[in-house]
Amino acid sequence: MFIPHTDAEREAMLQTIGVTLVEELFKDVPAAHRFPDLNLPPGLTEMEAMAEMQGLAGVNETVRDLVSFLGAGAYNHYIPAAVDAIIRRGEFLTAYTPYQPELSQGTLRAIFDYQSSIAALTGMEACNASHYDGATAVAEAVSMAVANFRGKRTKIVISPALHPHYRATVRTYNPGNAITLVGDSSEVDLESGPEALIPLIDAHTALVVVQYPDFFGRIFDYSALAEATHAAGALLAVAVNPMALGMLTPPGDFGADIVTGEGQPLGIPLSYGGPYLGLFATRKDYVRKMAGRLVGETVDKDGKRAYVLTLTAREQHIRREKATSNICTNQGLIALAATVYLSLLGKGGLKEVSELCYHKAHFAASQIAALPGFELWHQGPFYHEFVVRCPRPVKEINEHLLEHDVLGGYDLGQDYPELKDHMLIAVTEMNSREDIDLLVDVLAEVSDD
Amino acid sequence: MNIPKDLKYTENDEWIKVDGKIGTIGITDHAQDQLSDIVYVEIVVSEDEEISQGDSCATLESVKAAADVYAPVSGKVIAINDELPDTPEVVNSDPYGKAWMLKIELSDPSELDGLMDAAAYEASIADAE
Repeated sequence: MFIPHTDAEREAMLQTIGVTLVEELFKDVPAAHRFPDLNLPPGLTEMEAMAEMQGLAGVNETVRDLVSFLGAGAYNHYIPAAVDAIIRRGEFLTAYTPYQPELSQGTLRAIFDYQSSIAALTGMEACNASHYDGATAVAEAVSMAVANFRGKRTKIVISPALHPHYRATVRTYNPGNAITLVGDSSEVDLESGPEALIPLIDAHTALVVVQYPDFFGRIFDYSALAEATHAAGALLAVAVNPMALGMLTPPGDFGADIVTGEGQPLGIPLSYGGPYLGLFATRKDYVRKMAGRLVGETVDKDGKRAYVLTLTAREQHIRREKATSNICTNQGLIALAATVYLSLLGKGGLKEVSELCYHKAHFAASQIAALPGFELWHQGPFYHEFVVRCPRPVKEINEHLLEHDVLGGYDLGQDYPELKDHMLIAVTEMNSREDIDLLVDVLAEVSDD
Repeated sequence: MNIPKDLKYTENDEWIKVDGKIGTIGITDHAQDQLSDIVYVEIVVSEDEEISQGDSCATLESVKAAADVYAPVSGKVIAINDELPDTPEVVNSDPYGKAWMLKIELSDPSELDGLMDAAAYEASIADAE
């Protein structure tokens, strides 16, 4: 709750700093700009405002109105109604970090369960209370690797098949740090596998970053890459889609040192891009270099199980400029939603949803590949997303699909000039057989004319 | 406050014990008292590394703060205390003994002249308080 100052308190503050009126504090702002005429329309009643907002909202087309095959990092999954019902409980609805364990056992317990679930899913030993989203989690992995080598290793090998937004965020986070990013500036052929990154790894490399499944949906075995990374003394970070881990080998099993991910598929609505959830897990060896909040389990003075924030000396309010990161914000409510989602589905349920996505995507891919003019770009294993070479520009095809209330795939030419006329198609458990048939039928029309 | 007479001290509360060309380094009783319970020690230099006076050579975390340990003198690191990261509590219990952090082969012994003796260090702590 926000409690504003009283008039008496304001008066006392003004007196302390030797000012009579609040307006005097703004005297450096040119008078003409001090109280600009905002020229706003007259106020509306609540009823009028609601009607106007609903009218505006009604113009949006969402995945509720359209059949969606759009993914590229954010996926349309079913969210059980219980997720929303539970996270809206008053006890959980706080945006702030629970510093006071005596008041916050519920929230702390939820974060601890979140950390435990993500650690189990990724095959890691420790998981923090989350970052903003999948992109910032990768950027934090870069900061952590640089801090781990105390700035002595500054080269980051980054896969060109890592989400373009994640790569852009890594660059945004690190303009002041003396790091060199290699791997995604045409050094590596997009069609090649992770082996192509190995020659770029050397004694200056702090971190190698790949995605699993990668941005194009491809599934690669990263064991050899992990081995080469470790042989050079560097760390391996793997950005995951947690839904895929319902059926794939966890990255901890093939040598990842850091696992990041976009948690949105775990019960988080698409919401035009956020708020989402940045997963971040690592091995115990590196836990002191990890950014973010961490909840630990302990016992209180009566020996009863209790939860507290732990290893806080890593954080910026204690370590100041020497901290790995100056961001400790976690996505409390969103992480809670992911925790509730995972607990509702359970291990078996997650596997089931994951497999549904996989099989439906493979069915769709085989149908589309059979259409004249359409061809799968990648022949190896993939998860629930795949790249299709199209006979016409993707934009044109998507406009046609939209006329049939189908939201088409992602136009890869936006990020990869060499993939002009290539569409990235995502299929989830939300896409029925009829949806896929509709997509294939409309694409067939495109290939005909 | 325990301030052994045979050591030299820095303003950052490190001590150095010199034996010929070899200096052994740690943090003082006063420093551990200020930091309170030490829960983590990380030595951030390696053997054979050349370090300069003032370089950060270890990081300490206590229940309430994080602090760096700086090299009181320049030289080559010839030994580090490998056991310390597993027993951080000895920084509190035995700061001048078991909690030594590293040994340096001094490259410029004249740097010692700039450090404080026990009496000067005692006075500097008293001033700070």
